[in-house]
Parts: sequence; C-alpha cells; structure tokens
Amino acid sequence: MKSEARIAYLFAMPWILGFLTFLLYPVLASFFYSFTDFSVLRPPRFIGIENYKEMVQDEVFWMTIRNTFTYVVAAVPLSATVAILLAMLLNTKVKGLAFYRTLFYVPSLVPMVALGILWLWIFNGEHGLLNMSLEKLGMSKPPNWLGDPAWSKVTLVMIAMWGSGNAMVIYLAGLQDIPQSLYEAADLDGARLVAKTRHVTLPMLSPVILFNVIMGMIGSLQVFAVPYVMFPNGAPARSTYFFTTYLFDNAFRFQRMGYASAMGWVLFLITLTLTFVALRMSERQVHYDRS
Amino acid sequence: MKAQKFSTATVHIVLIVMSLIFVSPLLWMVTTAIKPIEETMTATPTLLPSKFLWDNFPKAVTYGSKELGYIPFLLYARNTLMVTLLCVAGSVCSNAVVAYAFARLRWPGRDAFFAVTLATMMVPFPVLMVPTFGLFKYLGWVGSFRPLWVPAFFGSAFSIFLLRQFFRTIPMELSEAAKIDGCSEVRIFTDVLLPLAKPALAVVALFTFMGTWNDFMGPMIYLSDQETFTLSLGLQAYQSQHGGTQWNLLMAAATVVILPVIVVFFFAQKMFIQGIATSGLKG
Repeated sequence: MKSEARIAYLFAMPWILGFLTFLLYPVLASFFYSFTDFSVLRPPRFIGIENYKEMVQDEVFWMTIRNTFTYVVAAVPLSATVAILLAMLLNTKVKGLAFYRTLFYVPSLVPMVALGILWLWIFNGEHGLLNMSLEKLGMSKPPNWLGDPAWSKVTLVMIAMWGSGNAMVIYLAGLQDIPQSLYEAADLDGARLVAKTRHVTLPMLSPVILFNVIMGMIGSLQVFAVPYVMFPNGAPARSTYFFTTYLFDNAFRFQRMGYASAMGWVLFLITLTLTFVALRMSERQVHYDRS
Repeated sequence: MKAQKFSTATVHIVLIVMSLIFVSPLLWMVTTAIKPIEETMTATPTLLPSKFLWDNFPKAVTYGSKELGYIPFLLYARNTLMVTLLCVAGSVCSNAVVAYAFARLRWPGRDAFFAVTLATMMVPFPVLMVPTFGLFKYLGWVGSFRPLWVPAFFGSAFSIFLLRQFFRTIPMELSEAAKIDGCSEVRIFTDVLLPLAKPALAVVALFTFMGTWNDFMGPMIYLSDQETFTLSLGLQAYQSQHGGTQWNLLMAAATVVILPVIVVFFFAQKMFIQGIATSGLKG
C-alpha cells in the first residue's frame, strides 16, 4: 500500500470506527430488531413481520402519524416563510442589520427544555403574557392554548416559528450571494418589487430553500423535546402525542424495543420518501447556477 | 443601488415590531424571574417588578432550597459542563483529523465513503436509539456519562463535512512546499493546516457546545440517578414535579440554563453567523 494511503486510513480511523459502531451497526441491528420481540430483560425473539402487522392495526400509531404530519405540514412552511420574509427585510441595506439579526437569532439558541418551560408561562391561561395581552386588545375569550386540543398544535407551530432565526441567517447569506447585476437588469426592464421577488429573488434562492425545507422536514418529523416538556403524555386529549414520543415510550417505558425499532424504520422510510418527493417536485422549480 | 425598494421607514417599523415579538418572551422570562411570587399571580401584571428580587437566582440554583424541591442545580451545571467540555474536545480532535483525510489525502474508497458519510445525516436518531442503547448497556455504561461523550471522539458527519469544505479552500501548494521541506504528513497537518483552520475548528466547537448543552433525549435515555442529571434533565424533572406554582423561581432557573448559551453566542457571534450560513448554503 502506498504510504500516503496508509497514513490517510490512520487519519480517517476515528470516523471509520465511529461510522461502523454508531451508524452502520445500529442501522442494521434495528432492522433486525424490527422483526423481533425484545426488551432489556428478554433477548430478541424472531417473530417475522408481526411488528409491522401490528402497526397497521395500532390506532395510537396512526394517531401519532396524523399528529406529526399535521405539525410538519404547518410548521415547516410557516417557519420557512417567516425566515425568508425576515431575511428579505434585512437584505434591504437597512441600518442596524447586525442588531436585528441578533435579536431574531437569539430565540433559536434557547435550549429545548428551557424553551418549553418559558412558553408554558407565556401561554398560561390565567397569568400568561399572551392571553393577558390579547385581553387588553379587547379579546374577551382568548384561546386556551395549552388545554384545548384544537389549539395545542397551533401553540407548537407558533413556537417553531419563533425559532426560525437559524434558517433566517442561512437565507440572508443566500440573498447576499445573489449578484446585484440581476436586480439592475430587472430595474432596466422596469420590474417592480413583486416581479423582482418572483423572477429574481425566489429562483436564485430556490436551492437554499429546498435544502433548508428538507432539513426542516427531517427535524420536524422527529419533534420531541418541546411537546414532551410542555404537554405530559401528549395532553390535551393526546393531541400532541407525536411519532417520536410514541417510539420513545415503546422503547423505554413499555419495554417494546422490537416494536420501537420497527417504528424507527418506518420513520426512516417516511423521511427518505418525503425527501425524494421534495427533490422530484422541485426539479423544475429549483434554479441551479450552472456556471 | 438597492436590491429591493421598500420604503426605509416601513422596513424599520416592521422590523421593530418583529423584534419586539421575538424578544418579549425572553424579556418576560427575565422580569418574571426577579418578581416576588405575588406579582406573578395578579390579574394586572406589570412588566417590571415593584422590587427587584435578585435573590430569586441564588434561591433557584442553591441545593437544598425548599422552594425548588431540593434540586441541586449547581451539581447539574457541573455535570452538564463536564459532558459538554469532553464532547467539544472530542469533536474538535476527531473531526479535524478525519476531515483532513477526506480533504487533503488520496486513498482508495475516499469519495464513496464521503458520499456515504453525507447520506448518514439523513438517518433519523430514533432509528439508532435502540441498538445504541443496547450497545452501551452491554458495555455497562448506562447510568454513566460515557454514552453522552465517548461517541464525540469518533467524529460526526456534519462536522467532518464542514471542516472538509474548509480544508479544501487552502491551496495544495502549501502542503507540497512543506513536503519538499521534509515535513511528514503528520507535521503538515499539525504545523501547517491546523493553525490555518482555527476559525473552522471554532465553529465546530461552538456547534458541539450548543448541541451538547441543549441535549435532552440523550441524558434522558442514559441517566437515571438524580445525582447525575444534566441541567436540561434537571429542569424538566423539576418542572414535571413542581411546575405551575412558583413561576418566578422556575423562570430564574430557566434563565440560568439559557444564559451560558447566550453569553457564548455574544462572544462568538461572527463565527456563529458564518458557520450557520456556510453549513446551510453549501449543502
């Protein structure tokens, strides 16, 4: 073997080991476990596709799928919209850009548990900041954000929107990469703001949007910590019982690790399918600079 | 020439309103934290407390304080800090070495392995959860901090990607010149590349710090003894046992958990913004 290659393998060794131990092995093992009945106390026992068959019948499973999809469908586009709008506002050569950017970004730094607790206080029905402000503004019966199944998911989506500062920073960098000459050309053609946004800004930003929406989707499908802290056991009326929460409960509360592994693989397949669909659907819309 | 022609005044008004919306929850948290308990329960609350009870902070974080149900926050802070620092050290060392191999050295299988590495970012954590737990259970590590920091010493796809992109921007001529001067591959890495990569390494350190400090699921899976809890876990345990009563102390505790993150951010703001922008654009 050439000496460069030998040294290279030594350099790459931590990740080769890490990849085998913490990725390849768990992925293969969980695929095997998904066909077994197993807990910490019992060794795995092969049961064929029983776990998957049970899943089809499992009403709780379908409920968590519905809850999770509702959340993803609302949270991903809405927080992307907030992030893009904020980025566009900041990209107008406005004074104090760094200051505003910091203000919008800081919320996305807040640790999940502290975030959940903070919002429990804001959304508190009696003494919470939000409802008291709404009452002051003349709303006589503001929503019961935390106790009403019709509002609990809205609460979580609003929290997701509050955390869109991270994506905003990425979009802003993407906007700053768009060559000024394109806007100058559009100006010569007499394009106005809406036309420029539609025909210059969004097409040029589309690869960034695609990447971030896919990453946002993957993250939101795994939503866990904030609802876990804010809504114990998926309360109210299990409206916030999500896929990953149910998976976690199966693995570590109900001691059904085979079933949890099967759910993990279902999540993996959903993630891959949605990513594939997003990539296919965007083929015509996304503009890649081919220069 | 302006990219978009909003009127400047409108832009400022919208931005100010949005900033208020974004910042008010955090402000409300801090002002609640220094209020007397009665003032958190009135029907007509004021933004600022009648007297500033800075005392709430030591109350919230002191071991044995009755108000906080004997939650030892300082112990949890020490646990969290220890795990976080080990993760940062592990992540910086391992990812730098591995990214160097991917970016600057030639070896069979490199590009295919790199593609696989990128693809692993798509694997959801819940898929890995059960077997990884089984592995650490087998090693007898469940209940200790080891499952939380040992993996950091074996690299992570995201950081490898970030550092590789950075290493590739450094001209190869630099390495070749060092080689002609008789430098070994190891010396080129430690003496030539690493000093240049400091900003990128700092970004990896920052992201690892944030990720570990904020981690909730990991500690929840592996830690069961109250003495070993991290801040996130301790805060959650406290909230689920005593939540909804003493909001002022709870907010003080939350502030204490958030503060280090915000402080780190302010010292490293530029690096942060650049790091996030690169990671999201070059994907």
